[in-house]
Amino acid sequence: MLEVVITIGIMLVKMVIVLSVVMLMVAYVTLMERRVLGRMQVRHGPNRVGWQGLLQPIADGTKLFFKEELTVDKANKGLYHLAPVIYMGCALAIYAVIPFGNEIEVLGRVIPLHIADINIGILYVFALSSLGVYGLVLAGWSSNNKYSMLGGLRAAAQMISYELPLGLSIIGVLMLTGSLSMVDIVNAQEHVWFVFLQPFGFLLYLICAFAEVGRTPFDLVECDNEIVAGYQTEYSSMKFAIFYLGEYMHIIAVSAIAVTLFWGGWRGPFLPPVVWFIGKVLAFVFFFIWVRATYPRFRYDQLMRFGWKVLLPLTLLNIVVTALVTLII
Amino acid sequence: MAKTETLTINMGPQHPSTHGVLQVILELDGEVVVKATPHIGYLHRGVEKLAENKTYHQCITLVDRLDYLAGMSNNFSYVLAVEKLLDIEVPKRAQYIRIIMAELQRIASHLIWLGTHAHDIGAMTPLFYTFRERDEITFLFEMVCGARLTPSYFRIGGLASDLPDGFVSKATELMKLFPAKVDDYETLLTKNPIWMQRTKEVGILSAEDAVNLGASGPMIRGSNVPWDIRRSNPYSSYEDFNFIVPTGENGDCYDRYQVRIEEMRQSAEIVLQALERLPKGDINVYAPKVMLPPKEEVYTDIAALIHHFKIVSGGFNPPVGEVYSSVEAPKGELGFYIVSDGTNKPYRLRIRPPSFVNLESLPTMVEGSLIADVIAVIGSIDIVLGEVDR
Amino acid sequence: MNEDDITIRKLKEKFPDSILDITFFRDEATIVVKKEDILPVARFLCSDEDLLYDFLSDLCCVDYLKREPRFEIVYHLYSIKKNKRLRIKAPIPRNYQVISSVYSVWKTANWLERECYDMYGIGFEDHPDLRRILLADDWEGHPLRKDYPLRGR
Repeated sequence: MLEVVITIGIMLVKMVIVLSVVMLMVAYVTLMERRVLGRMQVRHGPNRVGWQGLLQPIADGTKLFFKEELTVDKANKGLYHLAPVIYMGCALAIYAVIPFGNEIEVLGRVIPLHIADINIGILYVFALSSLGVYGLVLAGWSSNNKYSMLGGLRAAAQMISYELPLGLSIIGVLMLTGSLSMVDIVNAQEHVWFVFLQPFGFLLYLICAFAEVGRTPFDLVECDNEIVAGYQTEYSSMKFAIFYLGEYMHIIAVSAIAVTLFWGGWRGPFLPPVVWFIGKVLAFVFFFIWVRATYPRFRYDQLMRFGWKVLLPLTLLNIVVTALVTLII
Repeated sequence: MAKTETLTINMGPQHPSTHGVLQVILELDGEVVVKATPHIGYLHRGVEKLAENKTYHQCITLVDRLDYLAGMSNNFSYVLAVEKLLDIEVPKRAQYIRIIMAELQRIASHLIWLGTHAHDIGAMTPLFYTFRERDEITFLFEMVCGARLTPSYFRIGGLASDLPDGFVSKATELMKLFPAKVDDYETLLTKNPIWMQRTKEVGILSAEDAVNLGASGPMIRGSNVPWDIRRSNPYSSYEDFNFIVPTGENGDCYDRYQVRIEEMRQSAEIVLQALERLPKGDINVYAPKVMLPPKEEVYTDIAALIHHFKIVSGGFNPPVGEVYSSVEAPKGELGFYIVSDGTNKPYRLRIRPPSFVNLESLPTMVEGSLIADVIAVIGSIDIVLGEVDR
Repeated sequence: MNEDDITIRKLKEKFPDSILDITFFRDEATIVVKKEDILPVARFLCSDEDLLYDFLSDLCCVDYLKREPRFEIVYHLYSIKKNKRLRIKAPIPRNYQVISSVYSVWKTANWLERECYDMYGIGFEDHPDLRRILLADDWEGHPLRKDYPLRGR
């Protein structure tokens, strides 16, 4: 009985820690994005609130929290309120299966540094990130706004088209590991990171990940120059903030998955595993920001064509080649 | 059979990328534009009506505010029209300084165009780079006339003042550095596959359509019609300078982009040539009935004092007649048609706005393409609503 | 441009009855044409091999309040190939303020004629879409007319 209580207690503590770390990271990734973009664009970015602008996320959060909550007349109220929750909830749930460190020993107990090690881990991740699309589609549809609807439709089309190559791009890794569990995948990279065995698969994953989280050059879903703000046009106050948080959580999540699948997860010399993990994730986030500062945006039809006619065949090719190579060796 | 309906979407007048208060009603089939109807006039200030009630000198400040990104060019066109009416020619030095200002203004205007156009297509960084350089140019304007946006630097018969000390060296330095900056922008865009996909074959305007729709400036040159007023009807000593008139091939957004990029380089070249050969001498024509006399003379000479009083209080009376004069403004042919009835105010001041006429070709270019293309095309027309609506 | 210019010669030859007046001022030729004949004249100027005034630079109206005919529609033409400019005017009487649209010749005329309609209330026959362009649809009056007050309306 005591054992069960302790296990549940440890679980809860881990959840709280992961949740707060993720929230904190999201907050500071927004700051990092603005600062890094600023440096890349010959300006400073926010540097006035606190030392080097370190209190900026808190100020922004407070501001958004106290903003008036507006709901569009004739919006489908239930779905309108539910949409941001779905979106952020799904993004947050992904973190459950990500191993962010090795086992540690506390008071004679071995505690693995992941919340859950389910044997279909990677499948779970993709299932959740697909579910997250519902948040966007419902937000677009329920807002009673044409721009929102266009944004929602774009989101649906884009996510579905890119879900497929995204899933296929990691098949190579799964073939090498023989397991869907994230922990097993990290363990399989003890000697060599999969990015060296699957460089092509990694590139494909990266491109699809950009599309999946809707970042430049695939940010058509909320492309402000065309459809104002897409699905979130009519959202204000905390609901808007939740979408915003969800988006950044998604970015961090796909970065974390990329690290887990291709860059050896928490593995690395000298420094503690958690530091390695967070460092690698931040490197990816930096890359996302860098791309945002560099590239223009795709057009809707070009995006679809690219997904179906270029990425999908390439991922299939990658699988075939990987299979052949594994057979021969 | 399922019933299909088009979706009507109201883009603007408050929309992030309609460059001001342009409103376009789009009829969409999915994301394909079936019909685009621009609605303008949200910034109408009645400049033409106001001008009929102001003296010729007072109109200079009005025309500043037409294309507020190219105040110098507006001044230029207007004073040339009035000078044509009066039949006077300003001294060579003033002509050269005017060219320097007009070309700097062209660069500044094209820089804003490049930044906003790239931003519309999703590349946000060029905006900041182009504004950095544009700022340098507006600093130069501030040096010569104290204003950055609405200079009112040109006067009928000359200029408000001569170039200040240090202007030539500063401008030369800036213009020598400038081509390298253009290379920077091009690194980000020109060969970028996404940029090419977004602008090539988008918003095609054939040469025939361009002429028939009255497009001018980079719009018509992008459609491979090598017509540049600086070349075809050189005004203000443009014939003294060597420059290339770039043209595009297909008349799509990419061609217009390349034309404008090349124009910036050519303008920098012209400015350098003009700075180098800047003649010495007066900046104002000797025309006591039109030009204010120098301040010292006002204090010492009774005739000058009388002229000063007359011009300040009532302006001058040009002969009865009508003239049309146009210049190659950054956006295209900016013309002024002035009807004079012999009084000190223009009887009719008609502005031929390049943006207005260029915008007319928007429906031709976008119908049948996607929403995203509408944004790209609006950007590539380079409109300024202050000029469209006047 | 002067009397001997090919444009003037050809026009005189082709439309001897339509031309009311030809004047020159500051090197610019102004040809006043009967408003009934504006469309054939425009078509001729645009398409004739030797003239090719294919570019309608500007189209505007002038209100001579105290004169009859009161209005004048002014066309500024340009030939890109021949590099020549020409001004055509068509007087419009006070009592019947309508003229044929030249949209079929130069599509530029679409918005420019709408602006004339908006600002002066001149009607254009066969114009595809004659609505107000700059002012609101329910605006009263035509502001650029000389009898429209500058303020205090």
